[in-house]
Amino acid sequence: MAGAMQRNRRKQALIDREHALHLLKEMLRIRRLEEKCVELYTASKIRGFVHLYIGEEAVAVGSMQALRPEDAIVATYREHGHALVRGVSANAIMAEMYGKLEGCSRGRGGSMHLFDATTHFYGGNAIVGGGLPLAVGLALADKLAGRQQVTACYFGEGAVAEGEFHESLNLAALWKLPVLFCCENNLYAMGTALARSESETDICLKAAAFEIPAWPVDGMDVLAVEDATKRAAIAVRAGGGPHFLEYRTYRFRAHSMYDPELYRDKQEVEEWKKRDPITLMIERLKKQSLWQEDAWQRIETEVGAEIAQSVDFSEAGRWEPVEELTRFVYSEVAPTLILPRNAGEERGGGL
Amino acid sequence: MTAATIKTTYREAMRAAIREALVRDERVFLMGEDVGRYGGCFAVSKGLLDEFGPERIRDTPLSESAFVGAGIGAAMGGARPIVEIMTVNFSLLALDQIVNNAATILHMSGGQFNIPLVIRMTTGAGRQLAAQHSHSLEGWYAHIPGIKVLTPATLEDARGMLWSALEDPDPVLIFENGLLYNMEGELAADAGAVDISTAAIRRPGKQISLITYGGTLFKTLTAADELAREGIDAEVVDLRTLRPLDTATIIDSVARTHRALIIDEGWKSGSISAEIMARIMENAFYDLDAPLARVCSVEVPMPYPKHLEDAAIPQVPTIVAAARRVVTGHD
Repeated sequence: MAGAMQRNRRKQALIDREHALHLLKEMLRIRRLEEKCVELYTASKIRGFVHLYIGEEAVAVGSMQALRPEDAIVATYREHGHALVRGVSANAIMAEMYGKLEGCSRGRGGSMHLFDATTHFYGGNAIVGGGLPLAVGLALADKLAGRQQVTACYFGEGAVAEGEFHESLNLAALWKLPVLFCCENNLYAMGTALARSESETDICLKAAAFEIPAWPVDGMDVLAVEDATKRAAIAVRAGGGPHFLEYRTYRFRAHSMYDPELYRDKQEVEEWKKRDPITLMIERLKKQSLWQEDAWQRIETEVGAEIAQSVDFSEAGRWEPVEELTRFVYSEVAPTLILPRNAGEERGGGL
Repeated sequence: MTAATIKTTYREAMRAAIREALVRDERVFLMGEDVGRYGGCFAVSKGLLDEFGPERIRDTPLSESAFVGAGIGAAMGGARPIVEIMTVNFSLLALDQIVNNAATILHMSGGQFNIPLVIRMTTGAGRQLAAQHSHSLEGWYAHIPGIKVLTPATLEDARGMLWSALEDPDPVLIFENGLLYNMEGELAADAGAVDISTAAIRRPGKQISLITYGGTLFKTLTAADELAREGIDAEVVDLRTLRPLDTATIIDSVARTHRALIIDEGWKSGSISAEIMARIMENAFYDLDAPLARVCSVEVPMPYPKHLEDAAIPQVPTIVAAARRVVTGHD
């Protein structure tokens, strides 16, 4: 961790102002989108489970800078930020949370199941650990087809307790598949602290046991996240097999809307809030005299407008007709079956 | 059958189907425990590693959840995987991937991502493999919307269902009854893809519909022969596909025979046999001349000793006796 910090200090001299503002804006888009979600949840416009990413924005924003448009992404049920940064519009995400037809999954998935084929976003998966085997398979398909693509697989530290975590890491390493394992360690699996559920709390050691290069990253520092992920993605893309990053981060809000947060100390939350990824980035720009209040105000205004527009868009959206309820259980394209010459006989005439 | 025939077995027919798929479509690959160097735990894939190499005949670790999930991911990524699971009992280790991912992703994504995946596995009892290798859980899988469930019993279906399943845009599970692998018979030399959406009348008859699938098809056909000697003309319906269930063929048959007996190696409670009875009651109640009946496995985990295993699963004499009771009203 100290090493990473040092590298970041070195990097501070190299900050590109335009890029820094871009990262800040992306983090702010997630923050404002989710703050609006809370409001809309309270107003009963959004229902079901909603898991907020507030506090963890630097992970999605920084890591996505390392990915190309053709790369695949597998995410969890706390994936609003990943979808937004990946390029799914705020309109489509918000409409999905409303359950409207204009949502990125036609309203069928809701907050936990954002999908988008055009950006290769293979979903919010709401079974902890359930997305890891899918990422292994997507990477296997790339390898078999000779495509130089990376599959980025996001999951929380809670997933390391699942068998699928261990099975998937082994398989990816055994077959040298281009998977970038992105572990978002926010210290709590719902309400269970890592130390209360794992005999070995060093997650990178677990990955290392499968011969996968793994290292921790300050997940509150968007530049550190970007830097580490770019280096890992280059190695994966070059055929170096799976790589593993543990982003050390923190969830500022409750696990979901039903969580009274009995399991953690208010003081602990306040301590982490001092390292708010957005504030950290602003302070860094100020220190380097790259800060311009008017540019920031412009970003706030643009983001505010984008989120307000997403609410209008969702309000104006349509409900899918109930007559369409049973669609998408099976594909609507008929298989191109080649029947044998004796098919008719076989069906009608017995053995 | 007009064309030339070849002598073959269910195992060889299945292997020929896998081989043909690998030759026809370079996106197809086979993955599972011991499918390569060992040759498949039931020798279905024997020889394929030499012909197609380890990339396409892919041995996996004992990680059912990961390699079934990898099959789902690979299918989404444009490949056409055939995933082999040794037995239906082991498939329970991959139930999360099958039920929570394979069956749901098309729907959850609003139709954006279909899963063209085929999963093959062995099912059924009769080999003294006891209570963790012998169950018939295909009816369970038939409960799940989003997947298709095939139960090839004949050589034609062993040879032809796989290609049709691979052509299907959605996940298809193929259940191969372990007792059938050694079954020998004649198969058309040009046998190929078959329809996977309809049931088949394997023996026409007028007095009772014997409705079955998979491993009990041949016991049921033998029972029908014995019933014929007693003067009872039984029709045998091979369901072939448990999901989607071909209700029309079942109802047509019952409407003609006015009686039905369901034979299923699964247990009775909450089963596919119960589902078939329910559909007959919903659609053909007034066509019936007698109460419906069924012969299923006794509700115990499968015992090891042969005499107990034989007593636990449907056998020809129990099928004959049950059919006779339905038709004549007495034993």
